[in-house]
Amino acid sequence: MNMNRKTENVGVTPGFDSGRRRFLGTLSAAAGVTLAPGVFLYGAGASRPVVARELDVAVSGAARWGMLIDVKRCDSGCNECVSACVEENGLQGHGRPATDAQWIRKVNVRDPDTGLSQSLPVMCQHCAEPPCVDVCPTGASFKRADGIVLVDRHRCIGCRYCMMACPYKARSFVHEELEDQKPHTPRGKGTVEGCTLCVHRIDAGGQPACVEACGKTGGKAMLFGDLKDSGSEISQRVASYATQQIRADLGLDPGVRYQNL
Amino acid sequence: MKRIIFSEIEGRSAGFRGLAVTLGVFFLAGLAAVVYVEHAGHYVTGGSNQVVWGIPDVFAMFLIVAASGVLNVAIISSVFRKTLYRPLERLSCLLALAMLLGGLMILVLDLGRPDRVIVAMLNRNFTSIFAWNFYLYTGFIAIVVVYLWLQMERRMNRFVPAAGMVALLWRLALTTGSGSIYGVLVAREAYGSAIMAPLFIAMSFSFGLAVYNLVLLAACKGSGRDIGDVLLRRLGRLLGIFVAVVLYFTAVQHLTNLYAAEHSGVERFILRDGGIYTLLFWGGQVMVGGLLPLVLVFVSSRRGLRPGGRTVALASVLVITGAFCQLYVLIIGGQAYPLTLFPGMEVSSSFYDGVVASYTPSLPEIGLGLGGVALAGLVVLFGIKLLRFLPTTLENAAIDPHYLGVRRAPGNSE
Repeated sequence: MNMNRKTENVGVTPGFDSGRRRFLGTLSAAAGVTLAPGVFLYGAGASRPVVARELDVAVSGAARWGMLIDVKRCDSGCNECVSACVEENGLQGHGRPATDAQWIRKVNVRDPDTGLSQSLPVMCQHCAEPPCVDVCPTGASFKRADGIVLVDRHRCIGCRYCMMACPYKARSFVHEELEDQKPHTPRGKGTVEGCTLCVHRIDAGGQPACVEACGKTGGKAMLFGDLKDSGSEISQRVASYATQQIRADLGLDPGVRYQNL
Repeated sequence: MKRIIFSEIEGRSAGFRGLAVTLGVFFLAGLAAVVYVEHAGHYVTGGSNQVVWGIPDVFAMFLIVAASGVLNVAIISSVFRKTLYRPLERLSCLLALAMLLGGLMILVLDLGRPDRVIVAMLNRNFTSIFAWNFYLYTGFIAIVVVYLWLQMERRMNRFVPAAGMVALLWRLALTTGSGSIYGVLVAREAYGSAIMAPLFIAMSFSFGLAVYNLVLLAACKGSGRDIGDVLLRRLGRLLGIFVAVVLYFTAVQHLTNLYAAEHSGVERFILRDGGIYTLLFWGGQVMVGGLLPLVLVFVSSRRGLRPGGRTVALASVLVITGAFCQLYVLIIGGQAYPLTLFPGMEVSSSFYDGVVASYTPSLPEIGLGLGGVALAGLVVLFGIKLLRFLPTTLENAAIDPHYLGVRRAPGNSE
């Protein structure tokens, strides 16, 4: 009886929440269109707002969350996305760069032949065919139905095979004791971790902290959305402009794409 | 051929006690290192987010690869029916078990969460080579235990060839699994090649026999048992052949990579510009672990010098030294070379993109590695004390069916 009541409660609250979010999302999208007609606002969210997931409903494969990063808009001196990630997920290090975790980093790329320099954020690319998931002995590395690649911190034994397999150097091993963890981002000494695409925000109908920060105080270079929704801004952008995937030759089909790279 | 008599070693000498205490100290020191690292966190090791597998994995891979290779000695006898190797079967199985246990101890205790090893047993992802290795390792232990029992129980001896065949196939699968840990890593330029499996099999033949030779020589010397020159010459030459095969696969590995322009960077790193890795490759792996033992076992015998116990022991020590160099270059060097995110571009970041990662083995890591070796040593030491693993003699007359009681002239081939 008690359990039934509990389930009912859980079912009601997020439903209410998601309805409110949907309303707010529509409102902000409408406001954006009204305030800045003709201006393409990066990081302002998808055309169809991201909908909060009911906590008792399994993740659906109807969406594939992805990101589009316009390298032209990304300034080499800007680190807003990285700072936002550190703040959001409680990744403050111990001042030991070789062993401190980095879920997102700015990579400077220079063409030695032409001298062209670019700067871009690199994080877990949330591959459709993730090598980290293939090599994980316990299944701790897994891909959600909506394309987000995660580590189950309770199942990770810390073998670090995923770090060997990842072509993007996207994962970090927790080398030291952790303090002041964020409730929405549980971490554990001796386990491996990486960008979660701020799954806690997405499940609540929001967008990743890096994208939000880039849109607010950065170069508005990052766009988050559903690659399967043909009406979403990200889908329309990748359909209209040439975009690249890092190490596309590996055939991993990353969910993160880059424009003007 | 006379009946082979096996006996325990006495195990009361000062040498035995000294060795047992030394191994025990190293084993306990290894456990202490694990407690320290698990308490403080892995930042106290030489490992980082760049080099995630360190010196413990070099030790573990050496023990696991050599464990499958050391079993060849028994297989040569029971599958290929070389009667000369018959007295060597039991020790071969014991060593295989001991070294696998030592290697697994290191692998498990080097995990970020060794306390969760039960999780690895209950949850397995079958696309992972590690998950397959779980079955390959446990299956290997089960097969070798049965194989050993069939050898030791006289009434069951007729089943030894069949068990030997199973052991042969299983050990080939096991080493394929070990090599494939690296073979499937497509993103890492130093790995990601099917040659890793046959290379590791060749390495296992060589490393395993080198360990076998040393343990056999030490055990016989320590317990006053004789080894005839017929056997010594065979063991020495066989080691030479295996060393040559490793050199061959190493050459194929690097030459193939050199042809692909995309891999020229990592090849330049290992073969020319890699500092310690280049030094360990040419000096350690190729010279000390390859060419020198070849000269020792082949050239010395051509010049009429029979490979005696000392020559075989020295060649084996050189092969093992080269083995550690080879695994260090492969495991650590392969990680030190940066991942290529943007081919043809220069990259830099706060996360060591585009730079060669540095790695210095820490004392706790070396302690854990030596602890695993010590465990293997303790299992062998007490194994030969408690059970009949060692033949009472390996003199020519006792083991060579063709021995006529006349010493062959030096330089005469068999």
